[in-house]
Amino acid sequence: MLDNIALLGIAPLLNVQLLLDGLFIGAIFVLAAYGLALVWGVMNVKNLAQGDFVMMGGYIAFVMTKLGIHPIFGLPVAIVFMFGFGWVVYRVIIYRVVGKDLFTSLLATFGMAIVIQQLLNLIFSPDVMVAESGFAIRSYLGGMVTVADIKLISFLLAGVLATLVITFMKYSRMGQAIRATAQDPRAARVMGIDTERVYAFTFALNAAICGAAGVLISMIWVLQPFFGMTYSIRAFVIVTAAGLGNLPGVIIAGLGLGAVEQFAGFILGAELQQFTVVGLLVAILVWRQVQMSRHRQAVR
Amino acid sequence: MSKHFKFLTALAFGVAAAGLVAAGPAHAKVEGDTIIIGSAISFTGKYSTNGIHASNGYDLGVKRINEMGGVKVGGKMYKLKIKYYDDESTPLRTAQLAERLIKQDGIKFILGPYSSATTKAMAPITEKYKIPMVEAEGASRSLFTQGYKYLFAVLSTSEQYLASSIALAAEMAKKAGKKPSDVRVAMAFENDPFSLDVRAGVIDDIKKFGMKIVIDDKLPRDLADMSATLTKVKALKPDLLVISGHSKGAATAARQIKELKIDVPMIAITHCEAAKIVKKFGAATNDFLCPTQWAETLSYKGKYFGTAAEYDKLFKATYDGYRNVPYQAAQASAAVLVWKDAFERANSFDTEKLRQALSETNMKTFYGDIRFAPGGNNIAKPMVLRQIQDGKFNVVAPSKWASHKVNWPRKVPGM
Repeated sequence: MLDNIALLGIAPLLNVQLLLDGLFIGAIFVLAAYGLALVWGVMNVKNLAQGDFVMMGGYIAFVMTKLGIHPIFGLPVAIVFMFGFGWVVYRVIIYRVVGKDLFTSLLATFGMAIVIQQLLNLIFSPDVMVAESGFAIRSYLGGMVTVADIKLISFLLAGVLATLVITFMKYSRMGQAIRATAQDPRAARVMGIDTERVYAFTFALNAAICGAAGVLISMIWVLQPFFGMTYSIRAFVIVTAAGLGNLPGVIIAGLGLGAVEQFAGFILGAELQQFTVVGLLVAILVWRQVQMSRHRQAVR
Repeated sequence: MSKHFKFLTALAFGVAAAGLVAAGPAHAKVEGDTIIIGSAISFTGKYSTNGIHASNGYDLGVKRINEMGGVKVGGKMYKLKIKYYDDESTPLRTAQLAERLIKQDGIKFILGPYSSATTKAMAPITEKYKIPMVEAEGASRSLFTQGYKYLFAVLSTSEQYLASSIALAAEMAKKAGKKPSDVRVAMAFENDPFSLDVRAGVIDDIKKFGMKIVIDDKLPRDLADMSATLTKVKALKPDLLVISGHSKGAATAARQIKELKIDVPMIAITHCEAAKIVKKFGAATNDFLCPTQWAETLSYKGKYFGTAAEYDKLFKATYDGYRNVPYQAAQASAAVLVWKDAFERANSFDTEKLRQALSETNMKTFYGDIRFAPGGNNIAKPMVLRQIQDGKFNVVAPSKWASHKVNWPRKVPGM
């Protein structure tokens, strides 16, 4: 461990590589987490199929390459397709669990995750798939830092998507309706907001964001019908660390955890890479608890 | 549900079950002139690709033996037939199906499932009922250290997968005028039973040569990213990088080695073929070393299928859609040959006599030599190492079977 830290001192450029890789990874996790934060915050549904939506998006990009189209064009296709898919899923399943207790929504979405995994497995087989972007890989700083163009492009696209969603939430009628519903569904209904439609839209939007993340993942990591769980867990960790209802926090937490993960993997070894992320989450939760109990005492 | 109804249902089930048990053993193992072998294999679920390869291999073995007249026991010719169940790639289901095959269907001869995990679930049950199992797809070393008496495996065990790459690195070091003990090795293994077995074999050989381990990372199962580990590789510049993590590990490693422009003179990775890395990443995979149980270019030869190349041709002619014959299929066919051989030498259907005959197996086949250690693993066939040379897999080690020279140090166009 110490020799690894020493190594970072001897070759400081490695820090740049790790930081960049961490931010690139983090940006994609942010997308999945952002969608989860929306659904969780607005409808109080904890979607365990989040990662499986991501995988679906990835397979859309994969199908595009099979058709001879560059996978990056899978982005709009995945967004539209997954939006529609999310809407249907809401109308068929999710509307039944909104407002029900925690376990109902967990069970329903967990069941959904299994169905999606098995369907993907039937259609695409359990083999590991990738979509190749074919973009260049550039070396900087004397070859010590390499950046694949696709990672950079994904990072930028993730940024653009996040900005679009945030702007949409702030300024559009629907965005305002979503936020109003999140604050108080009953009051929103009284004000004439069709909360059913808001819920359906929110869930569909989440699926679309996940689909976009999946397209990027297909060009950076690998696809397999059962890998969705990884992204579900990541999304939950990020949203929990950021604190519910804290959308900018999701972005910071996602990027931060991505970077921490890379450094942990380098210094402590890959076996402790995820341990560190989850350990950090526990630390944040404990710290927050301590803060809150202090706050409560002050109020008293 | 009324008590009365419950009683009736229970009664009905009881009678049915009793009927099955009574009817089962009487003629299920050998029906007329057909010997029935049971197998629970993964037709669906995460192992389904390889499960189907294996069942195709079993079927081809059976077809070939039946075409050549069948199995001669007690002066009479018998045909072979396999009764399959789908274990859905879950070990729990494999165990249930093992009970079902043995208890309900009265099967006395078993062909193994696909994967070490499912084989581990099945072995205790075949052991309990003293039913011999010949398996072809469970390589985990721990299967053969339990003292199982009824388990026989035709394939090489997992600790041999990458061990030969260490010997090869030592050889190359000598050639370059260095000592083998100067070789620095970086290791990245998935944290699962199979890859940890592979790792144990590698470490044994590293110790033998006195080499130095500079990285020893264990990748969590659900980690889809190796860039931190590979960045370390880039910084430390080892002489050999060994990686094992099933198809996901191979695909992730190949992709990120390319993206991070990792320049190591020798790289050895398991599951190159299964992950189809050449097709996915092209020239970036050049000169990777990949271990395999079997290759159609090897000069193995046997009575039933002829040479390895002839088996390859027959397999492709029998099943559509195969550009390469996976070794999973070849070893499955070999397992069927082992059964035939054992039936004829035992000249009986008695499971104890068959077990004895199996333990004395000494065969030459298209898949390699087969001879079992007391633990049940095949000790007569080595793992071979192939190198990806211009998109082709060429055998480069061990030297007895090598068809091509190893390219060292590794060269990648455009790097």
